[in-house]
Amino acid sequence: METLHRITEKVVLSENIVKTVFEAPEIARKRRAGQFVILMIDEKGERIPLTIVDSDPVKGTLTIIYQVVGKTTDQLAQLGPGDVIGHVLGPLGHPTDVDGIGTAVCVGGGVGIGVLYPIARALKEKGTRVISIIGARTKKMLILEEESRGVSDELHVTTDDGSYGYHGFVSDVLRDLIASGTKIDRVFAIGPVPMMRVVSNVTRPHGIRTLVSLNPIMVDGTGMCGACRVTVGGKTKFTCVDGPEFDGHEVDFGLLTSRLQMYAEQEQLARDRCRCGNHDR
Amino acid sequence: MTDKDKTEKKDGKERIPRQPMPEQDPKTRVGNFDEVPLGYTPETAILEAKRCIQCKKPGCVTGCPVDVDIPGFLQRVAEGDFLGAARKIKETNCLPAVCGRVCPQEDQCEKLCILGRKWDPVAIGRLERFVADYERQAGAVEVPETPAPTGKRIAVVGAGPAGLTIAGDLVKMGHEVTIFEALHKAGGVLIYGIPEFRLPKSIVDAEVEYLRRLGVKIVTDAAIGRLKTVDDLFAEGFHAVFLGVGAGAPVFMNIPGENFSGIYSANEYLTRSNLMKAYSFPEYDTPIARGRNVAVIGGGNVAMDSVRTALRLGAENAYIIYRRTKAEMPARAEEIHHAEEEGVQFKFLTNPIEYVGDEKGWVKRMVCQRMELGEPDESGRRRPVVIKGSEFTIDIDTVVVSVGTMANPVIPMTTPGLETNRWGYIVTKDETGETTRKGVWAGGDIVTGSATVILAMGAGRKAARAIHDYVMAM
Repeated sequence: METLHRITEKVVLSENIVKTVFEAPEIARKRRAGQFVILMIDEKGERIPLTIVDSDPVKGTLTIIYQVVGKTTDQLAQLGPGDVIGHVLGPLGHPTDVDGIGTAVCVGGGVGIGVLYPIARALKEKGTRVISIIGARTKKMLILEEESRGVSDELHVTTDDGSYGYHGFVSDVLRDLIASGTKIDRVFAIGPVPMMRVVSNVTRPHGIRTLVSLNPIMVDGTGMCGACRVTVGGKTKFTCVDGPEFDGHEVDFGLLTSRLQMYAEQEQLARDRCRCGNHDR
Repeated sequence: MTDKDKTEKKDGKERIPRQPMPEQDPKTRVGNFDEVPLGYTPETAILEAKRCIQCKKPGCVTGCPVDVDIPGFLQRVAEGDFLGAARKIKETNCLPAVCGRVCPQEDQCEKLCILGRKWDPVAIGRLERFVADYERQAGAVEVPETPAPTGKRIAVVGAGPAGLTIAGDLVKMGHEVTIFEALHKAGGVLIYGIPEFRLPKSIVDAEVEYLRRLGVKIVTDAAIGRLKTVDDLFAEGFHAVFLGVGAGAPVFMNIPGENFSGIYSANEYLTRSNLMKAYSFPEYDTPIARGRNVAVIGGGNVAMDSVRTALRLGAENAYIIYRRTKAEMPARAEEIHHAEEEGVQFKFLTNPIEYVGDEKGWVKRMVCQRMELGEPDESGRRRPVVIKGSEFTIDIDTVVVSVGTMANPVIPMTTPGLETNRWGYIVTKDETGETTRKGVWAGGDIVTGSATVILAMGAGRKAARAIHDYVMAM
């Protein structure tokens, strides 16, 4: 007996970033900002973790935003309204601690803006002053600008190529903010691993507590397998049950990067073999 | 357990020897994931069952954690009534096809078989497997009538051996039973842990299907503790809760380099291969490292399953790295024997102390030290002691750490009033598995720590009776 996870909406947000809304009523009621689900499209599929971007407890739906990077995300992006996702497990991981923060800077890069948005919103609801810095490689890859503006007291937008907003990286804007004397109580940095590493390096000398949300490879997502282990402060942690957020100043990003590459060859093979027929590749 | 093929004699009377189990040839089977033992034929089964002397006070039954009427079922096999034999077993054991394959009979029923004193014991496990397979293949699995509904609802958390057993028992008493399973398939360790070549998944599926036909509801993809708590289950109207969530968290050794790519917990390695069917990648989407030189750390059944999986995934060298000697290995003799036949290389009195990675962060070598056996420790086994200056290296590209598991903290953390011990296992008040939280029972590995399928099933049976009494008195 399984809940039927019917897709109700699919929107292509940018070149290869897709938003999917699907039914998962029990998870939608329970879920809090920062938590994720493991989903598996069909019986031959793999189990992948995706952060919940939004939920509608009334409609009983969850929203996910993901970048098409491999066979599973490619296949997911092919599914539209009426299609069904075979298995969805969640909500997993610790919710973000959003209590008692005066000023928070929310730094999001690429598809990570999707993961960051619910956290910024939860912070805003708690009365935190939210400064958001969101960035993408180029203008047409930027997502959730308006949504982010809606939950921020201050919004900065960057593009690596200068096609929109500030020409540079999100970390540059953060550095400027710190230099200008802005009082910052907490930084949330979510995006590609190199971005999270750089942001953590920027805040470290200033002792600003910086949380990063990690996205390692997972299998079960319940603490059973250890695939998602990361080294934080010299200790092994399981992202699925101990995270997904960790102190950015303590995370071994090099290890995370190499573990993310563990199946690079097989992933390429699976994707080439599948050729699901996605358009923009 | 040896199969003496000589004719056994006593008082000048010839006896039938214990019938050997036909198996796939070792050279062939390392190239596939098919089951290794092929099973008895009806003729062999009858011959073997006739060896039972129908003791008045059968020792075998006392050795069975779920009290199977062993002489009763053997009698029926001897008479050729295989379906009757299957029904006899199912009176107390709802998973005979599983138990016939994975129970350590040599430490239980067969250990206490009177024939074993002088000859070899009756092959009870092989016969159990035979009758369960016979019944299933004949399409003759019957669903017994369940009594009138009691109106009592019971939630079972975890669809492993303990949970499946208690669900079967309680539904047969007329209760409404719902199992909540975190994974996408029911079966627990039977489905994610034990490999296809030892326990075909189609058999587990059939046993789960039998429970569904009995009326057990199984909700997969439901992480209790996250999606809903034990409190939520009571609020939803369940009258009692059984926790059979297993000891699912892997233990690592905390040595340098243990997080390099290519290093797995046994749980992950086996879950990828068994549950996710990574051995059929890319037909199935989940990948797994197909290492050439694979080291499995540990000496238990899970280590044997892992190392034999590595061979089947194409390893040229598959090592067992164990810090004691063969005599202290906790794995079943049969599993060690199968591994040896298949070409597993055993490195005893060896302990890894560090892993070395390449420039991509992939493990390429392990540093080990040699051990010697000292005084016995609290487990009664001689303690391995490091030989100073004995470090040496082994080139490897894949490691499977199989040194045990521990309790997953999610449920205790989210269940007020549920006491755990210092290792995180749930404290029970008596042998029925009643916990410190009213209306909540627990059993299997989450109470005992890593043990066997049949002990978890035994715990499920005992808790079933207690929960029945509890809900009927409400």
